Amino acid sequence: MIAHLEDIIIQTVCRILIPFIQVYGLYVIAHGHHSPGGGFQGGVILGASFILLCVAYDINEAKRRLNEKLDTMFCSLGLIIYSGIGFVCLVLGGNYLNYSRLGHILPVDPVNARSLGILGIEIGVGITVMAVMISIFLDLASRGKHEEGLE
Amino acid sequence: MKLLALIAVLMTGALLLYGTIDMPDWGDPHSPASIHVSPRYIEKTMEETAVPNVVTSVLADYRGYDTLGETVVIFTAAMACILLIRRPRK
Amino acid sequence: MELIISKYNYWVYIILMMIGFYAMIGKRNLVKKLVGMNIFQTAIILYFVSTGAKRGASIPILEGGHGEAIHAIHAAHYVNPLPHVLMLTAIVVMVSTFGVALALIIMLYRRYNTLEEDEILELRK
Repeated sequence: MIAHLEDIIIQTVCRILIPFIQVYGLYVIAHGHHSPGGGFQGGVILGASFILLCVAYDINEAKRRLNEKLDTMFCSLGLIIYSGIGFVCLVLGGNYLNYSRLGHILPVDPVNARSLGILGIEIGVGITVMAVMISIFLDLASRGKHEEGLE
Repeated sequence: MKLLALIAVLMTGALLLYGTIDMPDWGDPHSPASIHVSPRYIEKTMEETAVPNVVTSVLADYRGYDTLGETVVIFTAAMACILLIRRPRK
Repeated sequence: MELIISKYNYWVYIILMMIGFYAMIGKRNLVKKLVGMNIFQTAIILYFVSTGAKRGASIPILEGGHGEAIHAIHAAHYVNPLPHVLMLTAIVVMVSTFGVALALIIMLYRRYNTLEEDEILELRK
């Protein structure tokens, strides 16, 4: 297994730095309209903050904050948000994923409704990518020996 | 074995480099990839979607269906890792 | 000589591709083959992004997007955005195949207790 090294400098620096990394990940998702970024990039940064917690401390510290059942539910939640927005546009009378139809339920004109629809699906993609990064890392790092596996 | 691999790699490299004679130059503004579809995306993206970032508006609005397929791909990769590695505790 | 200087980006990325290709077919350890596959895919992504460059153009984010009106937009001032969009999908596919390949290597190690390709072929007989 991976040799575990407990170093006080790494643990202190990571404890200070991880909240800033998460705020930066949310910043990259939210500013996808005006600067380079978007859903995929922000999701990877958010996932990397959890992986940093695993590497600096024990793997049980990350599992205490986000166990596998909740993580697998986050994987599906992002996809449900994405196709849910598409279905809402279909129900309101347009094509699938035609965001200008969202102007009927939100108080904006059709051009800005497209901008809000893009923001909605980027949030969905960000949640899915974060959950997938954490899930693949936890599977590969612990080689399947979980204390509480899936029933 | 390694000599055979080296010969195969050199032959493939030579064939690929022979194929780049017909490709457009580096930084050419009149290459065929830059004059067919992308001027329409760059010019119309501010009046159809109020998003200045052309890459985000193409990825999420003009080609939003492909992004849905790609999110399904990364979800399937996570499910494949879960099914292969996790062993149930009995 | 003029062929190499005006198209030198294709030459650089094809050499990188061939380094990754040699690692995939010439090495015997499974993890080294996987690293070669990663180098190959990265070289392909960089090759496609380099076909969208234009001389004297800036990044594909339109000027003045923070509230002011956009004046006349010329497509020659901005880099072609389509290769960037398609390569975002390609990067995600690269990460997915890398994750599933590592999971398969873990399964092979559990079964045969080695990671060399010729020892695995010997143990299968």
